[in-house]
Amino acid sequence: MSWRRFVAIFHKEGRHIVRDPLSLAMALAIPLLLLILFGYALTLDVDRIPTAVYDMDHTQQSRELVDRFGGSRYFQIVQPRANYASIDDGVNRSSVLLGLVIEKDFAKKLAAGEEARVQALLDGSDSNTASIASGYVEALVLGYAAEVRERAMLRKGISKLQMPADTRIRVMYNSDLKSKNFIVPGLIAVILMLIAAMLTSLCIAREWENGTMEQLLSTPLRPAELLFGKLCAYFVLGMADMVIALIVALGVFDVPMRGSFVLLAISSALFLFGALCWGIFLSTVLRSQLLAYQISLLTSFLPAFLLSGFIYSLGNMPWIIQQISRIVPARYFIAILQGIFLKGTGMTILWTQFLFLLIYAGVVLALAIRKLRPKLV
Amino acid sequence: MWERIFEIVRKELRQSLRNPRVRMTMIAPPILQTIIFGYAVNLDVEHVRLAVMDLDRSETSRDLIRKFTGSPYFTLLGEAQNDRAAQDLIDRGDVDAVVRIPVHFGETIGRWHQSEVQVLLDGSNSNTASIISQYAAGAIAAFNQDTLRGQQNERLVGRTTHGAVLLAMPNIRLDTHVWFNPELKSRYYFVPGVLVNIIMIVTLILTALSIVREKEIGTMEQIMVTPIKPIELMLGKTIPFALVGFADSVLVTALALLLFHVPFRGNALFLAFTAALFLLSTLGAGLFLSTISRTQQQAMMLAFFFIQPAFMLSGFTFPIRNMPQPVQWITLLNPLRYFMEIVRGVFLKGIGIDVLWPQVLILGVMGVVILVSSALRFHKRLD
Repeated sequence: MSWRRFVAIFHKEGRHIVRDPLSLAMALAIPLLLLILFGYALTLDVDRIPTAVYDMDHTQQSRELVDRFGGSRYFQIVQPRANYASIDDGVNRSSVLLGLVIEKDFAKKLAAGEEARVQALLDGSDSNTASIASGYVEALVLGYAAEVRERAMLRKGISKLQMPADTRIRVMYNSDLKSKNFIVPGLIAVILMLIAAMLTSLCIAREWENGTMEQLLSTPLRPAELLFGKLCAYFVLGMADMVIALIVALGVFDVPMRGSFVLLAISSALFLFGALCWGIFLSTVLRSQLLAYQISLLTSFLPAFLLSGFIYSLGNMPWIIQQISRIVPARYFIAILQGIFLKGTGMTILWTQFLFLLIYAGVVLALAIRKLRPKLV
Repeated sequence: MWERIFEIVRKELRQSLRNPRVRMTMIAPPILQTIIFGYAVNLDVEHVRLAVMDLDRSETSRDLIRKFTGSPYFTLLGEAQNDRAAQDLIDRGDVDAVVRIPVHFGETIGRWHQSEVQVLLDGSNSNTASIISQYAAGAIAAFNQDTLRGQQNERLVGRTTHGAVLLAMPNIRLDTHVWFNPELKSRYYFVPGVLVNIIMIVTLILTALSIVREKEIGTMEQIMVTPIKPIELMLGKTIPFALVGFADSVLVTALALLLFHVPFRGNALFLAFTAALFLLSTLGAGLFLSTISRTQQQAMMLAFFFIQPAFMLSGFTFPIRNMPQPVQWITLLNPLRYFMEIVRGVFLKGIGIDVLWPQVLILGVMGVVILVSSALRFHKRLD
């Protein structure tokens, strides 16, 4: 491999990048856009559940229960005087998610020491929100029931009983349970994968489509020189995106960073290298920009997004999908990122992930060089 | 005029279908995406990997543990002997939660005092963690309820002078009914949404690229010297991809019904009609992109820049209701949002035009505005 030819290709590719300001701007703007979207706008946290209340009892007691709902930040009463028809209509229009129905003799039954019934009608079409909402309703109603019982006991002259077991939930690493704290570090993997795939998948196919590949082939250029020259140019761009993402994550979104920056830099470089090689491999094999772009999005961005544990946890997926996810490099990189950012873990725990990234980069590099052998078919 | 349009449509379809690889990109990505989304996109937490650290080892502490193991959500994986071991299990990600029961737990509760149970959670995925913390709180609440009732009954029995008669205690029973998706499967919610995504990606990218490719390789000039008028070129370049979009949506719907057994409760014709309205927007956006990009690379990056936020702000995974207010206003301009509501309404709720007319109306107006303004811009660019 000749240094001079490598530098020439690196220069040529760098010039391509700089000469196309729109693409360059996009390459820097897309990470920012994703960061802003995920860090600011998108959250899975559930609160202000739009609630319709159908209180058939209309007593002091039933109003007390309704006030508990009104006072909680998880519920927002949008229809204080609903009925079954209006709940049905509200759910169909998605303006109501929870219907709360209190039976007619609610207060009377409680006073008589009987069991009173409360009905919760939930729109289950958004299953995640519905199951979280149902948990909130249960906690609130159970808490209220315990209070009612306690008051009844006090009336009978029996002293207050203490809750047998006090629940202390300690959340580690992300104690205020903010979704941005785990989404933003994972997003770095998605961004690197996306930029690498989007840019490199085009870079060889373009030479084929425009007919400049033949010219390159007629020079004494070797495959490794072509590959590394192109790769380095995009590597610089990818690392620039990485730095932007890091600055935004720490500076704007206050994501905690508990581990080592050196480890972060090494793992990112390793991951980016593998991702770039994959893009070049696809570009070489497919020879068409449209195809290479689509296939690279399908084989790199989509798995990095869906099969990596980025948002959707792998433990819930069917066995076969879990096995497929084992060959998704982003899965390992996201584990590294979350480990470094949130847990502050180091090589002693993360070495298996590193090993996988290393093997992946090696295999894809070998594939790309093999396919890049100059031939004019 | 129709003859010329027909010729372009034929050329375009032939160009796309001739190449076996391009043919694949029209069929494979929709299928793969539907399958991956259907299986992978799942926010349910079903198997919480649990370890217990029981320092008490009494009847009472085992009662509490049984509340966890008896729940369908928890799988007991092992025991931790001390705090270090518990911490280590969580650090390595071997378990999601550890329940720590202190010494003298049973004894304290037996004396009607309060003891405490600690639940250690891996919070790195906040969504999972908050669901797990609810499950754990539920299991402990059930334990409390049982123990408390026992204690209350003991006291009440003791109070009566006529022997062991239980006094009635008030209670509230909560009946939860879940509509449309009683098993709360997130798949039913996500798979119909994939339809929206795929129609957009396929039609927008194919339209934009088919025009830009002609510019990039220089065949646009050849087309310009023929008697083809801009409007004809435009129709010729959009109709084939509208057809492809329709074919793909039939494919995705078939997969959703056959493979994932997603309920389809509404009217298929109504869905097809709204899909056509939605196509106006995506084809218009594709045309627009083709006017502002010179190379395929630019078109693809711009397409991504359009597609990603449109998709993220459509309510597909992240509920619009939870977004900050200014972002919620922005989503009002997003055609995907309306089509997403329509698709989910038709699939899961079985509602039609009587409820969804505002969405249909907005989608139609937006489609016409986007398509016409892009067409005018396209026209001007060519002249």
